Amino acid sequence: MANAHSDGANHGSVKSYATGFILSVILTAIPFWLVMNPILAKSTTLAIVLLTAVIQVVVHLVYFLHLDRSAAQRNNVAALIFSVLVIVLLVGLSLWIMFSIHAEMMAK
Amino acid sequence: MSNIATNAGHAHDDHGHDDHHHDAGETTVFGFWLYLMTDCIIFASLFAVYAVLVGNVAGGPSGHDIFELPYVLGETALLLFSSITYGFAMLAFYKGNKSGVLAWLSVTFLLGAGFIGMEINEFHLLISEGYGPHRSGFLSAFFTLVGTHGLHVTCGLIWMAIMMYQVNQHGLTSTNKTRLSCLSLFWHFLDVVWICVFTVVYLMGTL
Repeated sequence: MANAHSDGANHGSVKSYATGFILSVILTAIPFWLVMNPILAKSTTLAIVLLTAVIQVVVHLVYFLHLDRSAAQRNNVAALIFSVLVIVLLVGLSLWIMFSIHAEMMAK
Repeated sequence: MSNIATNAGHAHDDHGHDDHHHDAGETTVFGFWLYLMTDCIIFASLFAVYAVLVGNVAGGPSGHDIFELPYVLGETALLLFSSITYGFAMLAFYKGNKSGVLAWLSVTFLLGAGFIGMEINEFHLLISEGYGPHRSGFLSAFFTLVGTHGLHVTCGLIWMAIMMYQVNQHGLTSTNKTRLSCLSLFWHFLDVVWICVFTVVYLMGTL
């Protein structure tokens, strides 16, 4: 009874999981292949590796964790956006401080 | 306890029995999502530590010397396959297919166990070569970050084994649905963290 109950939430389907899986395989294969076969400049490879990782994280959030813009997901998405903000500040400022200290110590 | 809550809700609410019960489960899943967001921050801290310490090899090996990308690709494949098989377990649950749920959870468990086996083997090889966490700041940060992810996956496996028992004993109840939904978030979340691990640690370390 409860199982057949429709609540409007997105549970995904075989198709959506398969789409997410195929996209993930492609987005994993590209960076691994480029690092194992260095045919591009290092900075270009690094940019592609980071870009494919960000895209794959979004693919997982959408196709596996079912985040979307529906009302049912609003709180989940708000919590995620807040976490991303905290993470950017935490990681960004930590690295900024530590590498500044490192540069200062080396200079003296 | 949930019966009391359901009856109280029914008395002053036009929504039916199932709706109210379902809402309680939804709240639990949302609470679990909030926990995962705090877990994200733990991993973010460990990534920051790793990024700061990655150059401190103390005359020991750097990532370039010890990482084997084909091996890491194998680990990645196991975890990615386990994500889709867990998704199929949830789809079987929504179809009311108990044996399907148990079968897909078993496959997911084996894939996850394969991942942990590969990771333990990798750690064992590094430590036996003298490249344990004590060797350098880089290796301390590496073992802490990758090991924390591995511990999470191990906890997920224990949880999954318990859920297979619960589903087998009690069937596809709404309580089990809530628990499996939380585990679903946990499992997919760990795959997302692994994307960051293989990108920042293994790929950028080899580049």
